[in-house]
Amino acid sequence: MRIALAGNPNTGKTSLFNRLTGSNARVGNYAGVTVEREVGKWKIGARTVEVMDVPGAYSLAARSAEEQVAIRSIFGLDPGEPRPAVVVVVVDATQLVRNLYFAMQLIEARVPVVLALNLIDVARAQGTAPDPQRVEGLLGVPVVAVSATTGEGMPALAAAVERVLTEPDAGRSVVPWRYPPALTADVERLAGMVEAWSPEEARALGRWALLSVDVEDELVDVPEHVRREVIRIRAEADKAGRDIDAELIGSRYAWLDAKDFGVRGTANIGLTERIDRILLHPLWGGLGFLLAMGVLFQALFSWSDPAISAIEGLFGWLGAGVAGVLPPGVLNDFIVQGVINGAGSVVVFLPQIMLLFFLLGFLEDSGYMARVAFLVDRLMKSLGLHGRAFVPMLSGYACAVPAVMATRTLERQRDRLLTMMVVPLMSCSARLPVYTLIISAIFPPETRLLGVFPAAGFMMILMYVFSTGMALIAAAVLGRTLLKGPKVPLLLELPPYRLPRLATVLRQMWMRAKTFLTEAGTTILACTIVLWALLAFPRHPLLDHDYAADRAAILANAGLPETESLLSGQRLDEVDAAETAERLQKSYGGQLGHFIEPVIAPLGFDWKIGVGLVGAFAAREVFVSTMGVVYGIGSDADEASVPLRDRIRQETRADGSPVYTPLVGLSLMIFVALSAQCMSTLAVVRRESRSWRWPALLFAYMTVLAWVASFIVYQGGTALGF
Amino acid sequence: MTLASIPLHTPVVIVCIDGDRQYRRRLMELGFLPGVSVQVLGIAPFGDPLDIEIRGCRFSLRSAEAACVHVRAVSAEASAELAAK
Repeated sequence: MRIALAGNPNTGKTSLFNRLTGSNARVGNYAGVTVEREVGKWKIGARTVEVMDVPGAYSLAARSAEEQVAIRSIFGLDPGEPRPAVVVVVVDATQLVRNLYFAMQLIEARVPVVLALNLIDVARAQGTAPDPQRVEGLLGVPVVAVSATTGEGMPALAAAVERVLTEPDAGRSVVPWRYPPALTADVERLAGMVEAWSPEEARALGRWALLSVDVEDELVDVPEHVRREVIRIRAEADKAGRDIDAELIGSRYAWLDAKDFGVRGTANIGLTERIDRILLHPLWGGLGFLLAMGVLFQALFSWSDPAISAIEGLFGWLGAGVAGVLPPGVLNDFIVQGVINGAGSVVVFLPQIMLLFFLLGFLEDSGYMARVAFLVDRLMKSLGLHGRAFVPMLSGYACAVPAVMATRTLERQRDRLLTMMVVPLMSCSARLPVYTLIISAIFPPETRLLGVFPAAGFMMILMYVFSTGMALIAAAVLGRTLLKGPKVPLLLELPPYRLPRLATVLRQMWMRAKTFLTEAGTTILACTIVLWALLAFPRHPLLDHDYAADRAAILANAGLPETESLLSGQRLDEVDAAETAERLQKSYGGQLGHFIEPVIAPLGFDWKIGVGLVGAFAAREVFVSTMGVVYGIGSDADEASVPLRDRIRQETRADGSPVYTPLVGLSLMIFVALSAQCMSTLAVVRRESRSWRWPALLFAYMTVLAWVASFIVYQGGTALGF
Repeated sequence: MTLASIPLHTPVVIVCIDGDRQYRRRLMELGFLPGVSVQVLGIAPFGDPLDIEIRGCRFSLRSAEAACVHVRAVSAEASAELAAK
């Protein structure tokens, strides 16, 4: 048995879902669209029913496949999906009329419904609570006053649902509102053309088609003959001077507006308006916005740091422990460097993901997220982005993985995809160590630009400005070409401010973390293992140098005095590092670096940089430690490592000229800034877009962009004599 | 007179809506219907979008679309006041 929870957005539907199903919900996907849904279990008396949440909508009418999800899931139109036995329509008791407009469309179709007047406590406090008995009397279907926040009315809701489950007709009513005769005739004609469970449902589908079908809609599965008939009917009505949309919608509202649902007094949205006088004020609102976004950014960028370090430490400790227990060999390396390291590189994203979704939950549930979209709409519109894309874009400065996941807050698929495609261009914190290393190696701290500005700091700022600019340009270009869609005008509800419920926020956060671990996480783990294999095989390459002989020589010469043995230990380390470097160079990954050299040579890179770029696929900051290995300094080199920096400065080409000229450094930083070198980002884009097409496109366009930009900089700079 | 051209905090009454059909349909489904009272509460930074109150509910519309919502004054006196503004 399945029941569905449907209703307008901002009605507390999610809170009610959480209260009914507890913690055992699972996240799934609606067929054919990237709209997520949750399905959970609810125990009513002796039965357990499956509860499915339907995306919030103001109407069943739709213009795209995405908006069709509501009607398809309520009417059970998707193959393999059961038709809900009862639909609980969650109604915001403080916005009764507008919410009932949605409920009327289900009642018309004779879908068995139970109306849950949610937020009844808030409505009472405002003095605008409707009378459930009156609502029930007028609509003819069961109505229960509930509060998902306080738990009020839950037993009554369960009882009402149970009654309708046993006796579906208890949830149906004889529709008391009327339509103009001409419209009724149109609807009858369409009703004869559609397949449905009942004549009433056929008429409801006819009305739906009249409102939804358009010459240029993006609906799916509307039979061609129905579509033609709707267009014909509408054209005829136009000629006769009739307005079908106004007839349909107007008739419903005329009935709603004429009835007395027991609401006394007008809604007092005074508090929300008073708060908005500050939060939407040109000056104070702007400052409040900066503060809120500052906190969000700070949280992702620095507050998550201790947890990230702890996770890295834990997995490092675990790896070292296992490495010590297992006999050395390929299995040991596989488990430690492949599996444990890979699991670590998945879990390490959790602090940022959880923090971001915790804060997003508060922003959404409090009602402030809509204000963010309102405040930045003008700015974002000029880039072809939705106002709600602001938070994901900002999060991109910390890490693209949680930022891509945050595109969930966007309602339309096109907006989500466009944001996903440009977020990875924002300069994330993993690029920072790469910039730091290159800048410090190439521009010594004393270098000044025009004799005043420290060159290192200037370069760093330049990289951030550059990547932001490129992201905005990419958004503008992609939005006008590949992701060009019908212009959808803004229609954003500014819901009343409400205190978010911690339990709901935490639960949503945990669901996100769980889906990340199980879906994106597995892809990331698999990629880490592949990357490990690339750099670890072949196991026994033909080495140019006899390192064992070196070691033996050092040990043979080692004298007894303390300083001497320390020195020989150091020499042994050097031999080890040299051997690791050669093994890396001879590995498949190293060969790949050689292989791509002709492609990256025009950017000023040698094959060693190529190996670094291959290694950086695990995460961009791994570029630094890979270069440490390549240059025989050791894998523990970080961006502040002096030997690595010195080595980079001394690195020469075959002709003796330095590899890392300022131009090469700049070219390399631009490449790192623009290329999609992060398998975790690609994995999470796959998860969120539900296809390999989008990550493939992301990878392709960013790589081409990075190559072209670096090429222009390096070749242009060389031509100009830099 | 349209929703995009009236002064802030001045209740007016919707006369009709024109413009893109799908958007018009959405507005009507939210209760933007002839005879319903509506007012503009504020304007976002950089002049767009508008913050609109209708039926005790707040919505944000861009001024280009708000210009499709034709409105009239609540009464004759209000009409004179609006003209004065």
